[in-house]
Amino acid sequence: MTSRRKFIVTGAAAAASATTARAAAAEPSAGEREGRAPRKQEPAITLTLPRLAETGNSVPVAVHVRSPMTDASHVTRIDILAPRNPEPRIASFHFTPICGVAEVRSRIRLAGSQRVTARAEFNDGRRVEASASVVVTLGACVEDLLG
Amino acid sequence: MRARVKLPASAKRGELVTVRTLASHPMHTGYGRDMHGALVPRHIIAEFSCRYRGREAFRTRLGPGVAANPFLEFRLRAVGTGPVTFIWRTDRGEELIVERHLEVT
Repeated sequence: MTSRRKFIVTGAAAAASATTARAAAAEPSAGEREGRAPRKQEPAITLTLPRLAETGNSVPVAVHVRSPMTDASHVTRIDILAPRNPEPRIASFHFTPICGVAEVRSRIRLAGSQRVTARAEFNDGRRVEASASVVVTLGACVEDLLG
Repeated sequence: MRARVKLPASAKRGELVTVRTLASHPMHTGYGRDMHGALVPRHIIAEFSCRYRGREAFRTRLGPGVAANPFLEFRLRAVGTGPVTFIWRTDRGEELIVERHLEVT
């Protein structure tokens, strides 16, 4: 049974750590198709954001998408969407196989607490997405938006 | 508009190099107000691109939701020796170009 103290401690630890959202692979891996034991694999898409941001003015964000990044199979684009921002599309990152890995880090503005989504598109049209919730104590220029 | 770029001067063939860029720009969203209560017109870096050996390797469309002094970190596969060019463009057509050289061994 979880004691109250333990619950508080683990809750605080979770709040202090970054939140990472992962989406499962859309397709079975080669190993799974051939009946071999599935190899432990990194998630199809990983979105990393702090669980709690003191201000929404500059929130670190990282997105990683699993892809071989070859001419035949690569990520072409990652969008970051914040639906509660006055303009939800924060940025679109366009990748090529020269990137070697579909990974980007930046810093974004959040107008308030919300669920942020990263959506990736592959060269074959396939899409994957992941979302993560961020609690913002003080939003970016929220008072101006409401005034 | 000024910018700082961090990338290694040299890399082994096939290696992934990390590129970090930091542009100094207020990224005025168009929603903020000045000390007199007047709206500050929008002025943002709207586009960033990175060309490696003459080919576009990475490009970003930025909106007002990107924080002031836009920071971008991404990777490049060291496929050969050549120039790496970084271009920032604002919504008013201002442009900043920084060029570096990557030696691949």
